[in-house]
Amino acid sequence: MGFFTSVADVTDRLAAVGYLASKAVATTVFLADRLEKPLLVEGPAGVGKTELSKAVAAAAGARLVRLQCYEGVDESRALYEWNHAKQLLRITAGRDENWEETKADVFSEEFLLPRPLLTAIQGDEPTVLLVDETDKADVEIEGLLLEVLGDFQITVPELGTIVATRSPFVVLTSNATRELSEALRRRCLFLHIDFPDAELEERIVRLKVPGLDEALATSVVRVVTALRSMELRKAPSVAETIDWARTLLALGAETLDEQIVGDSLGVLLKHQADVTHATKRLRLDTVLR
Amino acid sequence: MTVPGRLVEFVQALREHGLQIGPGETIDAAGAVSVLGFSDREQLRHGLAATLLRRSGHEAVFDAIFDLYFPLATGAPEVTRSETPDVEELRAQLADALAGGDDALLAQLAAAAVALLGAYGQVGEGSSPGSGGWSAHQALERLRPQTLIAAVAERMASGEFTDRLARDEARSRVAEFEDRVAAEARRRVAELRGRDRIARYSIPKAADQRDFITANRDQLAALRRTVKPLSRRLATRLAARRRHARRGALDLRRTFRRSLSTGGVAMRPAFRKPRPGRPEIVLLCDVSGSVAGFAQFTLMLVEALHDQFSRVRAFAFVDATAEVTELVADNDADPARLVERILSESGVVRWDGHSNYGRALRDFVTDSLDAVGPRTSVLVLGDARTNGGDPNLPALRQIVDRARRTYWLNPEPRASWGSGDSATEAYRTLVDMYECRNAEQLTGVIARLLPV
Repeated sequence: MGFFTSVADVTDRLAAVGYLASKAVATTVFLADRLEKPLLVEGPAGVGKTELSKAVAAAAGARLVRLQCYEGVDESRALYEWNHAKQLLRITAGRDENWEETKADVFSEEFLLPRPLLTAIQGDEPTVLLVDETDKADVEIEGLLLEVLGDFQITVPELGTIVATRSPFVVLTSNATRELSEALRRRCLFLHIDFPDAELEERIVRLKVPGLDEALATSVVRVVTALRSMELRKAPSVAETIDWARTLLALGAETLDEQIVGDSLGVLLKHQADVTHATKRLRLDTVLR
Repeated sequence: MTVPGRLVEFVQALREHGLQIGPGETIDAAGAVSVLGFSDREQLRHGLAATLLRRSGHEAVFDAIFDLYFPLATGAPEVTRSETPDVEELRAQLADALAGGDDALLAQLAAAAVALLGAYGQVGEGSSPGSGGWSAHQALERLRPQTLIAAVAERMASGEFTDRLARDEARSRVAEFEDRVAAEARRRVAELRGRDRIARYSIPKAADQRDFITANRDQLAALRRTVKPLSRRLATRLAARRRHARRGALDLRRTFRRSLSTGGVAMRPAFRKPRPGRPEIVLLCDVSGSVAGFAQFTLMLVEALHDQFSRVRAFAFVDATAEVTELVADNDADPARLVERILSESGVVRWDGHSNYGRALRDFVTDSLDAVGPRTSVLVLGDARTNGGDPNLPALRQIVDRARRTYWLNPEPRASWGSGDSATEAYRTLVDMYECRNAEQLTGVIARLLPV
């Protein structure tokens, strides 16, 4: 921790590694850094939740340790495992020594396979720990996370307690498919990343798609904003905006017109029903209502 | 007023709006304040939000209360201290600001509009509090920003494809301006009458706590946007319950039989086998006038949950009953117009368009009683206001007798059950009735009631 000196510093250094942070994002990252609390990030898919932790790691020159959660992820996948095969080899290799010596040896760090959570705590280099899609994991893992994030220490029965020399900068992301427990939420600072406002999104598009004409970038963002205000099944996200801008660039579009928007709408919208609805609405807006 | 004191008051106001905030969060918030300082208001807003909020969906409430407790300015805005109101002048300035999308100017104009057009009664130096105030409604009545939409859209147009969006954009900018006016009026009145009172009475509730019956169109649209996350959470909850119910309850009789061979010690407990099979759901919804929003929300929620049930059938009624399962499940249609489609396409109105529970129940029993079987949970949705007609208890009894469980979800506040033409008392002799005034209550009830 102690990566950043001020909110402006966060904004500048994240921008330097290609992540344009809104004021809300920059402020919260700075607070998480200062108050040494984990950061729980929620928001629709494709607004850059995972990207944020990568950018923080890049900006701070820290290593990124990632724990990808899924249904059924357990302690041995998240925390550590004993390397049984290596232990067996060691036992067979040392046939002439007594059990006490062997036992002391096979349960040492050498035979431990650290998984992300342990990796993030071990070592003294600055670390960003990303726990991705926390909501996909089972409730049992939350207990484990609470323990680890509470005081950044892990107890291995045979070895004793491993305490972090530097507490890592922790980012948990969630798509809210499951209610995370109150206890976990209480441990964290909460950040809801929503779709960026038009001005910020324009800057993002121009940063990611450098060849795009300025006026066209403005139009692109206006259309996407309009689509988001319709009740669609899946509103286009920032990732889709960038994809669409790239598509338009590849098609060599100078300005938007009905033809080109209609042809490339599939890049923005992923449901046929949404495409139909949007086509109707975008046409309708020319007719007097 | 000290900083901690202000912070604690602010947290209390948030709690009154249903946000759960413990003292731990308040301490974190104080930490955030000490790190960020008061120099940048937006930073402070985001910092407090990060420490005090714990879930999405409460941002709007948080912002409104923040604006009251940490106002941008105090007293009357600079520009208006010496001016006389000129509506036309203001309207012209507003049209410029809207077309240009100039946020700073819009904020100034909102302040000016409230100060010059919104004042009523005796306000100003030396007047007694309570005799007057500022009304956002009155200011907007006089300024009529809605009438500027067409002109603003015209000015935003530039001869491009995006012109077709201009009208919608203008409309949303005007709506934003109206929100600003409301916030400004709240701020001014709060100075007069105390922040806590204004926070309590004039800040709209978070979407999941808003009453179905009194919600307007925009609020219902905001509610509909919460269906998807809600249904996902509910589905996970139901699925988890089903998983945990995998091993049935302890079978005492068989456990005892087994324990005889070990001298009465139950070494191998026996469990009942779970009965797999997902429940069937039948919804019977009143879709008339006042409760239509509630019916629509519930229909959408249950439809989003449909893979949790073996079968979902939906019936709607006003004064006649029709099956609307197809309409609800129609993926390509606009969900916002679900109730409109039901009213126009399914023949739920046969007589005068007032809800008639007696006739609707009779229709259901004569035509569709076969939809209800021993595995079915029936949810009746409605306010049970019979407009003086016969509640037709025998028909409901037939449903209750056939179904596994029958519940009645009522969007009216419990306090007004049984008043006027409400037949709740009669119906409650047969079924359990639950108050479902808002989305939060509804999801709680559904999660509790539905069989696993």
